[in-house]
Amino acid sequence: MSDANQNAGPSENSDLHSAMPTETIKAIPLRHPLRNLAAAVLLVVSVSFLYDASHREIYDWATFTHYLFNHRVLTGVVVTLELTAYAMVIAVLLGIGLAVMRQSPNPVLKSVAWTFIWFFRGTPVYVQLVFWGLLSTVYPSITFGIPHVGDIATIPSINNLSLFVLAVIGLSLNEAAYMAEIVRAGLLSVDRGQEEAAKALGMGWGLSMRRIIIPQAMRIIIPPTGNEVISMLKTTSLVTAIPLTIDLYMATRDISATTYKPVPLLLVASTWYLVFTSVLMVLQYFLEKRFARGYAQMGLEVQVTPLEGNGAG
Amino acid sequence: MTTNSQFMVQAQNVHKNFGAHEVLKGITLNVTHGEVMCLVGPSGSGKSTFLRCINHLDVVNGGRLLVDGELIGYRDGGEKLFELKASEAALQRRDIGMVFQKFNLFPHLTALENVIEAPIRVKKLKRADAIARGKELLTRVGLEEKFDSYPAHLSGGQQQRVAIARALAMDPKLMLFDEPTSALDPELVGEVLDVMRELANSGMTMIVVTHEMGFAREVADSLVFMDNGVVVEAGKPAEVLFNPQHDRTKAFLSKVL
Repeated sequence: MSDANQNAGPSENSDLHSAMPTETIKAIPLRHPLRNLAAAVLLVVSVSFLYDASHREIYDWATFTHYLFNHRVLTGVVVTLELTAYAMVIAVLLGIGLAVMRQSPNPVLKSVAWTFIWFFRGTPVYVQLVFWGLLSTVYPSITFGIPHVGDIATIPSINNLSLFVLAVIGLSLNEAAYMAEIVRAGLLSVDRGQEEAAKALGMGWGLSMRRIIIPQAMRIIIPPTGNEVISMLKTTSLVTAIPLTIDLYMATRDISATTYKPVPLLLVASTWYLVFTSVLMVLQYFLEKRFARGYAQMGLEVQVTPLEGNGAG
Repeated sequence: MTTNSQFMVQAQNVHKNFGAHEVLKGITLNVTHGEVMCLVGPSGSGKSTFLRCINHLDVVNGGRLLVDGELIGYRDGGEKLFELKASEAALQRRDIGMVFQKFNLFPHLTALENVIEAPIRVKKLKRADAIARGKELLTRVGLEEKFDSYPAHLSGGQQQRVAIARALAMDPKLMLFDEPTSALDPELVGEVLDVMRELANSGMTMIVVTHEMGFAREVADSLVFMDNGVVVEAGKPAEVLFNPQHDRTKAFLSKVL
């Protein structure tokens, strides 16, 4: 049969179809010379830096390994982790409270929350920590009483508050201001229809918050909160302003003050901070996955390392 | 079911305004037990607002609204009305099912979890009982294969049927439908109307805000035409649709029929 014959009439349309090529395309892929060059340059620079670092005397890797698991360093690690955990838990709870207050129809609750956020977000955390350190100087004692009637109770001194407690208070109040904004963004991201649907089913405010609104807001709240936890882990190094001097950073500073080798001890501190920020990133990955339930089809994939989801190359 | 009143819904001169804008200008109508009432009218006529007032999602500013003899949103203290506490309003809403235009399913829960959430948390049903009842209801709306699907994986028509099952799971004495098919692709409207028709035949009292005149004519016991915050005309669907008395009704029907 000739080609002309095959294309003769409409009744032979199916032949037209089968005449089309069906094998998989095997084209030469597009080259990316500039991209590859940039990658090569970065690779060379990175390898040279690592090689140099491993031989450079001032890094003093012997001292680094000697102090990495030093008792004082490990105690500092524990203090830093405790500060981070306590401060974040308080900050999240306080932040949820502030976020809810900001949405309240009551003008006093609203303004108090706004002012709290304005103040604690608007002043440096270092300055706030110095202030908390001076608390017992500023308020030697606190007395509750009614004018013209008399005193009811006096707290003689806040001196008894340990530096650790002051550090937790200072860090958490500052962080609460940021958490309030994150939680507020999360609550606002949930469609109003959700609250109405919950109401229409007879759910009260607390129940609909707990079961319907907050679980959905979590998807928006978790990524920036993970950021805040990582940030908090590092901000704890500022508690020296209180002055609390037993955290990870100050422990390594103290050691280097006697060994005169600041660089390897800075590396010790950095290593521990990196270890725990890495752990936090993995935790965040699983939390994000947990709260992405029901949203999988919307292309909201969660990525923890740069080598994931990189199929396109 | 115990009956407290002759009527399931009594609206007496109901007024509602948003700021200076008056949306409802004195609505008076009665819905009997087992009645299916369709509310029709141009957009902005106040029919959705009226529906939302019935379960206190919007607060009435004037008049009285009673469901099964019980004043909605307020407690009658003789001379004065007292606003109900949120928990008391929630208690009233338990008996009134509502289906929304945009479904409003809980996206983080599966179809079955959507249906059993309120029975477990609000009615304190045992989980196993709630699941059995939830599966029964989802089967009734034709979704026996979608128990574990999340809303994002369901079509609009399927989502709306889950929403109906979710409302029915609270065993309501009254079902409110706020334009239940307006957000659906045309070919999905039928499956939702079929479920609503079956529900109407089972004796459920329903108030349906809709633009589906075919459904209204076929299923409704009464049809209310609203425009500009007032009831213009009400009666048997066939009478209102084919023999409208008011010019506004005629003008509206000439556009939609």
